[in-house]
Amino acid sequence: MRRTGSGRAAKRRTDRDEAPTVLYDVPGPRARRRNLLWTLLFLAALAAVVWWVIAGLGAKNQLEAEKWEPFLTDGRVWQTYLLPALKNTVIAAALAMLLALPLGALLGIARLSDHRAVRAGAGTVVEFFRAIPVLILMLFANAAYAEFTDISPETRPLYAVVTGLVLYNASVLAEVVRAGILALPAGQTDAAKAIGMRKGQTMAYVLLPQSVTAMLPALISQLVVIVKDTALGGAMLGFAELLASVRPMSANYGANTIACFTVVAVLFVLLNLALTTFAARLERRLRRGKRSTGAVVTAEAVDDLATPGEPPAPKP
Amino acid sequence: MFDFLEGYDLLGAFWVTVQLTFWSALGSLVWGTLLAAMRVGPVPLMRGFGTAYVTVVRNIPLTVIIVFTSLGLFQTLGISLGADRFTTINFRLAVLGLTAYTSAFVCEALRSGINTVPLGQVEAARAIGLSFPQILRIIVLPQAFRSVVGPLTNVLIALTKNTTVAAAIGVAEAALLMREMIENEAQLILISAIFAFGYICLTLPTGLLLGRLAKKVAVKR
Repeated sequence: MRRTGSGRAAKRRTDRDEAPTVLYDVPGPRARRRNLLWTLLFLAALAAVVWWVIAGLGAKNQLEAEKWEPFLTDGRVWQTYLLPALKNTVIAAALAMLLALPLGALLGIARLSDHRAVRAGAGTVVEFFRAIPVLILMLFANAAYAEFTDISPETRPLYAVVTGLVLYNASVLAEVVRAGILALPAGQTDAAKAIGMRKGQTMAYVLLPQSVTAMLPALISQLVVIVKDTALGGAMLGFAELLASVRPMSANYGANTIACFTVVAVLFVLLNLALTTFAARLERRLRRGKRSTGAVVTAEAVDDLATPGEPPAPKP
Repeated sequence: MFDFLEGYDLLGAFWVTVQLTFWSALGSLVWGTLLAAMRVGPVPLMRGFGTAYVTVVRNIPLTVIIVFTSLGLFQTLGISLGADRFTTINFRLAVLGLTAYTSAFVCEALRSGINTVPLGQVEAARAIGLSFPQILRIIVLPQAFRSVVGPLTNVLIALTKNTTVAAAIGVAEAALLMREMIENEAQLILISAIFAFGYICLTLPTGLLLGRLAKKVAVKR
């Protein structure tokens, strides 16, 4: 009885989000003293670094109140620079996600096709776009729009950023969709066959709807990647998103580069944290849920799925 | 057909990409391991620091970090990392930015590897009286590293692709050369194909080779 109890406790401790406390004993008096010593040493090191940073910032006049104040007191910074930039970031990310999702689903389903030619074709596309950097895709899209279309130079960066993001993320999402479908219990396909559904019907009515739920956490975590990649457009293509707002902003508010970067970084972190927290909560709910199959493509799995090379082995 | 290539140092640019990848990989392996050790350690303050670092850095775009190293660290604060030529300064700044960013992912990969080490291993180590640093160094990390070769390969490939971001601060690597060539030459499709091929040559063999290594060294359980 006791054994099962402690076993379960140990199992709980190795859960992903918690530190595996099993690596060390519950501290006794000596260990507590040692930990306190380490805490103090680390605190001293941290304090030294913080002091060095603050002294450095102070020496370059980056800590003056007037350089930080506008973000708190002056609504114009937000209205002129930050909010429009944030809007562009969100628009580009949302557009990219909305366009990449159907394309990715199509590619993912094609990779599961019974026909070898379809499988190989989709596989090549997916491997190709996962193997090259998004920036290369964006640069290509930007130049291609300039050369072959008459999209105005003002909107071209948005088109280029979204195109690059869609090409890359569609191939990543293709793998997410495939993993989502493969994660479903085989009984689902068997049951669909047993009641006489055709392949297309099985996919459309049985597998795809369920896999969408299973892969929601992975989708949201990919959205974080998309949001972060929009900044590439700001730095390299002149797309007016958050990062690109730093230069004009610091030029207008007395060279407050450090303050501008801090605010922009905080905005990115808050936006992405909101997304990851939502994904984690969803994942927990899906695992607990009784109505779903319990199959889930986790946010972490995306790292593997985004890498070119041999596909991850389907789980038995 | 390929005469537009004259006057461009294509191989040199990809060599810079490789160098960026190498030094950043080395740096983030060291810093990422330290972060992972902090995150699983017994000192609450270090755990908190590790967690905070990973959470913040993973949610900031790499581009913001890289541009900050140039605009913020170098141009505003005058930190030049001991170099005096612009190209060297930018290169080192890019390595610093890439290392700071990638080590958060190395840390997370390692931590998931540490969680795959069976409890009995650590319990046995504790039972014979090993201290926490000893357990980590002798028992846990060697097994964890063997099981995370696969995930670390993914991080390495992502890093290789991420080095393109260094173009944003003018490091003369492949993406910057591609932008320059697209502007000056009229062979858009061909140029893009060449650069795409170059990156595929860097990323696919890495994945295949290290993927094989991952299977070979993984602890069979």
